[in-house]
Amino acid sequence: MAVNELQSTRKPPIFQIGAILWLRTNLFSSWVNGLLTLASLYLLYISIPPLLDWMVLSANFNFGTVNILGFEIKFSEVMADNQNCGREAACWPYIYEKLYMYIYGFYPREESWRPDTVYGLTALLFVIVRLVRNYKYKNRVILSLIVAYPIVSYILLAGGFGLLPVVETHRWGGLLLTLVIASVGIIVSFPIGVVLALGRRSDLRVIKLFSTLFIEFIRAVPLITILFMASFVLPLFLESGNNFDKLLRALIGIALFQAAYFAEVVRGGLQAIPKGQYEAADAIGLSYLQKNALIILPQALKISIPNIVGSSISLFKDTTLVLIIGLMDMLAMVNMTSQDPYWLGRETEGYVFVTMVMWVILYSMSRYSRKLEIRFNTENKN
Amino acid sequence: MKQLLKLSVASFLIAGALAVQASTLSDVQSKGYLSCGVSKGLAGFSAADSSGTWTGVDVDVCRAVAAATLGDATKVQFVPLTAKERFTALQSGEIDMLSRNTTWTITRDASLGLNFAGVNYYDGQGFMVKSSLGVSSALELGGAAICIQAGTTTELNLADWGKQFGIDYQSVVSDTNSQTLSNYDSGRCDVLTTDASGLYSMRAASNDPSEHVVLPEIISKEPLGPVVRQGDDQWFNIVRWSLNAMITAEELGVTSATVDDVTNNPERERLMGRSGNTHEYVGLTPDWTYNIISQVGNYSESFERNIGINTPIGIARGVNALWTQGGILYSPPFR
Repeated sequence: MAVNELQSTRKPPIFQIGAILWLRTNLFSSWVNGLLTLASLYLLYISIPPLLDWMVLSANFNFGTVNILGFEIKFSEVMADNQNCGREAACWPYIYEKLYMYIYGFYPREESWRPDTVYGLTALLFVIVRLVRNYKYKNRVILSLIVAYPIVSYILLAGGFGLLPVVETHRWGGLLLTLVIASVGIIVSFPIGVVLALGRRSDLRVIKLFSTLFIEFIRAVPLITILFMASFVLPLFLESGNNFDKLLRALIGIALFQAAYFAEVVRGGLQAIPKGQYEAADAIGLSYLQKNALIILPQALKISIPNIVGSSISLFKDTTLVLIIGLMDMLAMVNMTSQDPYWLGRETEGYVFVTMVMWVILYSMSRYSRKLEIRFNTENKN
Repeated sequence: MKQLLKLSVASFLIAGALAVQASTLSDVQSKGYLSCGVSKGLAGFSAADSSGTWTGVDVDVCRAVAAATLGDATKVQFVPLTAKERFTALQSGEIDMLSRNTTWTITRDASLGLNFAGVNYYDGQGFMVKSSLGVSSALELGGAAICIQAGTTTELNLADWGKQFGIDYQSVVSDTNSQTLSNYDSGRCDVLTTDASGLYSMRAASNDPSEHVVLPEIISKEPLGPVVRQGDDQWFNIVRWSLNAMITAEELGVTSATVDDVTNNPERERLMGRSGNTHEYVGLTPDWTYNIISQVGNYSESFERNIGINTPIGIARGVNALWTQGGILYSPPFR
């Protein structure tokens, strides 16, 4: 009764399974895609091996003996210097030698625990915000942290008030300065931006006019111009250039600049809120403040998250422009350390290092924004 | 409207002039430190080492003035400045003096409200070639490809020079120093031109410094020196004579090591404030020159420590030698 016997299952065609199927659907689905795949592979082939060779395989890792958190790790007998480092590949001992300058600038060595503490507090802030997410009084906790954090950080970094030795801002540099400029720029400009966005949609003519003029003026000018103004023109008008901090001048310029951009981002969010929401809020008798704080802004800000973070990321990158007004941020430190007569010709290592640090920070920011979007996404849930 | 604009500009300028009229010396002494504008990094002239300490020949001029006025060469706040902002920073009073490889020209001296207090390095535009080319003079460079940085006077000087000597060349322009160097290193040009001091540090930064020679021709004059604001002659004198003290000390053979041993030489005694009352004329204490030489050293010490032949930069004294030794470095007498 051969007819009734089950036929043994035939294997699927070899082109329809496993790796070959995956390759066919993802990389070679049509001849155009096939060509693109081959071209990409070729590009990777010509770029990755030399890069890998320069950065790792042929690179010099002779750091000498390094103390990491109390553990002594011996890379080599002595640290390599510029002469015996070789020119064909990366000389990472150079980065190790200049690491303090890249991270803290001219911040006094014996006080470096203070920026470290601020870094630690920042991380702690994120952890606490996450932990109290379901706590009854979470708003109060978060609000008090938001008020306390900048004050504590400022006292730690700048000193004074009879608590800590003063470290003038001209000694701040490197990554520390980059982070200070970016975070102050973002944190200060955000509320201003929200107010400006509301002002631009306000029914009061004067407020509307002022907000529009401010936003359009700032947005029509490049950041570099604003920094130049803040750095060169402002001191000529002030009675003495001595008592007005250079960093503060730059921060004001950056905060105003960023506020205009945030205002437009938030305005975009406001415009996306259906008119019914405004009318409903009016109908139940909410005041202007209540309407915006409880109904409109929470929705508008939520849908603006990707753009807010996008704008913050571009601000973070723009902070490197401060090097043209003589503030020593991380990029300026690369230029400066490359001029050490005993380490000449090592710019490339510095630039690669800064690129990696920037990438890590900005990619984390972008990931964090993605998480916020998912968390605040209340659409289609109820 | 135009009148109004003129009036407001004028009043700003007057306000600016009034603001800086107070004595710079008393400002510095009451602050307790000297604000000195320096370059944001130029090997051998002003750069911070790995510990964040500023070094360089320009930096040493700042330190000398701090030693003279405050008795302590470390009491300097270095303000890194870009080329664009250096003069504004000085005019606005943000810095007390500028020591930032700044070329002394009539335009700057006469139109910016500034005074050049002297020359601490005689620079000039030069050429570097690969030694394998076998070129020994810039006049043999006809038809060569020359690497040059865009938008600098270097470009104009080169054009003038080419016209003057009828030398045809092809210029390879790039934007920054390191790009210029990498163009030269990768063989896109045969010659690299910039100020001689820059050539030496670029040679030190190249893959193999021994493969390159700096040609003897210098085609432009770039006297670099410290700058002060106009209108404070006492301060101008202090900066000028602090630099002169370093030069004179070299001429008289006084070094930081022998500074205590100046007996039986009237000139040395005068320089070191043992006799005479020249210190009163500049408004300083008698030991001001002693502080400069003991803490910073004489000109030769500063030169050899930062850019001299035994440093990686390796510049010979050349025109920066004393007038008694074939150079043009010359200080008026201390008397």
